[in-house]
Amino acid sequence: MTASRVQFSGEQLAEVRRLQALYPDRRGALLPVLHMAQDAFGWVSLDVEEYVAELFDLSPAHVHEVVTFYTLYFRQPKGRHVVAVCHNLSCHLAGAKTILGHLKTRLGVEVGATTPDGRVTLLAVECLCACERAPMMQVDDRYELDLTPEKVDRILEGLR
Amino acid sequence: MTGERILMRNFDRPDSHTLAAYRATGGYAAWAKAQGMEPAAITEEVKASNLRGLGGAGFPTGTKWSFIPKGHTGPVYLVINADEGEPGTFKDRYLLERDPHALLEGMLIAARAIRAATGFVYIRGEYVEPWRRFDAAVREAYDAGYLGKGFDVVVHRGAGAYICGEETGLISSLEGKKGWPKVKPPFPAIKGAFGMPTIVNNVETISHVPHIIDRGGAWFAALGTRTQGGTRMFSVSGRVARPGVYEASVAITLRQLIDDLAGGVTGNGRLKGVVPGGSSAPILRADEIDVTMDVDGLRNAGTMAGSAGVVVMDETVSIPEALLVVARFYAHESCGQCTPCRESTGWIYKMVRRIVEGRGRKEDLDTILDVARRGAGTTICAFYDGAVGPYLSYIEKFRDEFEALIAK
Ligand SMILES: Cc1cc2nc3c(=O)[nH]c(=O)nc-3n(C[C@H](O)[C@H](O)[C@H](O)COP(=O)(O)O)c2cc1C
Ligand code: SF4
Ligand code: FES
Repeated sequence: MTASRVQFSGEQLAEVRRLQALYPDRRGALLPVLHMAQDAFGWVSLDVEEYVAELFDLSPAHVHEVVTFYTLYFRQPKGRHVVAVCHNLSCHLAGAKTILGHLKTRLGVEVGATTPDGRVTLLAVECLCACERAPMMQVDDRYELDLTPEKVDRILEGLR
Repeated sequence: MTGERILMRNFDRPDSHTLAAYRATGGYAAWAKAQGMEPAAITEEVKASNLRGLGGAGFPTGTKWSFIPKGHTGPVYLVINADEGEPGTFKDRYLLERDPHALLEGMLIAARAIRAATGFVYIRGEYVEPWRRFDAAVREAYDAGYLGKGFDVVVHRGAGAYICGEETGLISSLEGKKGWPKVKPPFPAIKGAFGMPTIVNNVETISHVPHIIDRGGAWFAALGTRTQGGTRMFSVSGRVARPGVYEASVAITLRQLIDDLAGGVTGNGRLKGVVPGGSSAPILRADEIDVTMDVDGLRNAGTMAGSAGVVVMDETVSIPEALLVVARFYAHESCGQCTPCRESTGWIYKMVRRIVEGRGRKEDLDTILDVARRGAGTTICAFYDGAVGPYLSYIEKFRDEFEALIAK
């Protein structure tokens, strides 16, 4: 990806300015704008970091430090869908290991990897705070609750 | 024992998140009342209520508000901690999704008390649906004229980092930095977000405020114990028949919560241990659950009320395996700023893993206990102490299980 292809539309730039104006120091909008950038460009490459740094008059090093600190920014291309299985305590007690094992087999990938067809990235994550419906996982924006291997299969079928 | 549902009174209504439903059940009446009160009188009412912070630390809310410097003339900020991430806790998710206007009304009242013109609501990045619900409520509140007349609300989304739940880490993150906690003092009430006096409160704490103003501090205080007023929302999960969120007086006992509200222990039906306040709270054994769930009751029992996330384990659960899961979490989430925290969480995770995998050595348990104790109380934030609680309590209370794995 070359730097010139990383460019928000006029409308998106207006949204960046609106977000920056919400904070006493426009830097406060850095996380929200990085979310926007990830939505627009798919993932946060070094070029994206540099572009966002320019929009905030920050050093690319500062933006890089921020991007690498948080788990929700992807620093390499991700699949069309992200499946994040919770493996914290309550999900562990409800069989998260079985769910994760089942997903690995079904998708044929290890945790952290994307299927060769680019369909799904599989992650294991810490408590998503829906422990009352464990085991659970997040599929893109959605929480999928009370999982069983059969339910996981049905969910996977719905992902194109 | 459970008494009246206050925070959860509308949860069964399918439209509970809308302004219409909120107003139809008396919503925003407390705000009308508060507008006729002096800011100091609002703070006094909250002090009288014995409301204590429900995010984790249990600090008295009215007292915290009174720390805003008196002569300060610049901006003051109200920051709502909706970064819910403490393992075993899910109450704020319910409040954001099912009663977002209660939080907004509480924010209006709190902002008047501390003279804040701007409120930030920091919602964890993974909470997409709760964020949409809350954001829609904010737009309704602007359209209805509650917001935008002297008080504005900015909804801010996090990006995945447990440590941003710690109030100074949250502030760093809100300022567009990595979420590194800051040394206290100065406390946020003196120098917080963007260098200005800032009050950070949890979602549930602030959602109580309209009811306190509406019905009086004394009423709220009487619902709880001598040193903590009110009800709170308990998140119950693990091996129980009816996992879920339950509102009850803070004077309820852990046994009542597990047996009467959550339907009792499942698995083999016999309790082994319970984490009473989120994963950072030291574990209790089956014979230690006749304690009240208020801040001081649990402190006297050697654990903490924390976020009121109750995780139940029956006799079939392996405690070493549970500790492995917990230790992995702390190793993963340490922000890396303090040496004892960064190094110990990593090493202890590796040692617990070695024990669980049958490669443990005789001296490992004492080494873990020693390493854990040494760093306690020496770090910038309470994250590390929150890790030490489980390390020590799991091993001290269930040492035979660990030893059995090592002897194999
Ligand atoms: C490691 C760590 C994580 C925390 N996570 C949260 C959290 O997710 N939500 C929360 O409200 N408070 C959390 N807290 C507590 C906050 O630092 C702060 O005490 C709280 O938000 C103050 O609000 P309250 O007085 O209304 O409880 C955490 C504290 C620590 C040390
Ligand atoms: S105690 Fe741990 S999480 Fe807290 S500031 Fe130090 S390194 Fe970071
Ligand atoms: S442990 Fe999985 S959602 Fe909390």
